[in-house]
Amino acid sequence: MTLKDLIDKLLGRQPASADTARQRLQLVLAHDRSDLNPELLEQMRREILEVVSRYVEIDLSETDVSLETEDRVTALVANLPIRRTL
Amino acid sequence: MSTTRTILICSGKGGVGKTTTTANLGIALARSGASTVVLDADFGLRNLDLLLGLENRIVYTAQEVLAESCRLEQALVKHKQEPNLALLPAGNPRMLEWLTPKDMQAIVALLEEQFDYVLIDCPAGIEDGFKNAAAAAREALVITTPEVAAVRDADRVIGLLNTQGISPVQLVLNRVRPKMMSSQEMLSVDDVTDILALPLLGLVFEDEQVIVSTNRGEPLTLSDGNSPAARAYSNIAGRLQGEEIPLLDPAKMRRGLRAKMRELMQTKIF
Ligand SMILES: Nc1ncnc2c1ncn2[C@@H]1O[C@H](COP(=O)(O)OP(=O)(O)O)[C@@H](O)[C@H]1O
Ligand SMILES: [Mg+2]
Repeated sequence: MTLKDLIDKLLGRQPASADTARQRLQLVLAHDRSDLNPELLEQMRREILEVVSRYVEIDLSETDVSLETEDRVTALVANLPIRRTL
Repeated sequence: MSTTRTILICSGKGGVGKTTTTANLGIALARSGASTVVLDADFGLRNLDLLLGLENRIVYTAQEVLAESCRLEQALVKHKQEPNLALLPAGNPRMLEWLTPKDMQAIVALLEEQFDYVLIDCPAGIEDGFKNAAAAAREALVITTPEVAAVRDADRVIGLLNTQGISPVQLVLNRVRPKMMSSQEMLSVDDVTDILALPLLGLVFEDEQVIVSTNRGEPLTLSDGNSPAARAYSNIAGRLQGEEIPLLDPAKMRRGLRAKMRELMQTKIF
């Protein structure tokens, strides 16, 4: 966060549009590059959870499955916290 | 194998500056002594002739060359003020119905026999017109503007160029507005190069002189004009030929108190 972002937030102003543009682009390109739409991604997320849940108990409220891109390489990143079994 | 550099000028999105770049770069390369041909591969919406001021001198086109109803020399239009530059005009839009990648390769092979640089002005889109033009190219310049739709379309095109084995692929960022960039109302140069992960060959500012020059059919690089876009295109031609010319950083162009304030505002606090 920059000084400007903080002031914008305090004053309830919109963030600079370049930031919004960059974030929107990163998201849409991750989908373009992998040829996955949000619906397919959601379906895949459900199936992954189903499979993983067969082996370990996962914290469903904390799961996160998303596409991340760096240097034109797109990765499917799944964060599935495992519940501690005592 | 020929040492000709055959470069596709493409973008995905229309209206971002492919034809303007092809015309200015063609003239700049020719002025530096390289024998250069610009090939109008935008058969549907040809414009390169107009930007070069050659629209009244076209007799034959790529179409007649392919049909072998004229020799290549008859179709090439030599630029009067810059005789190192020739245009191979696009044929009739109906060419789109039958043209294949092989046809484009055949035309380009002919051009490569006699020119140092072949610049191909690519149509917008990623369909057959693009695929035909790309089939004949060895390297590419992707033109984009710092706008979301142009960057997204550029990304699509870069993916296709990569699968075709075209290399190097370099970036030209056009219509840059330094003021908007420094107030963060326009994607920054770094934003675009990071997202597209391409080396940046040049930056061209938004410049009214581009319009003036197209009105006249005299590309900016034709004279020693000193408008920002004229300099940018000459620099791009220099870098293409291996000269080391530093890139401007539009964010650092604004000096004085206001720029200092802006810098302060952009410091990361957490
Ligand atoms: N740097 C620039 N500054 C101002 N206008 C520009 C600049 N580059 C291109 N233009 C204008 O944008 C329009 C589209 O350019 P053009 O080269 O025909 O794009 P394309 O071939 O990609 O469709 C033209 O009207 C042109 O004059
Ligand atoms: Mg064009």
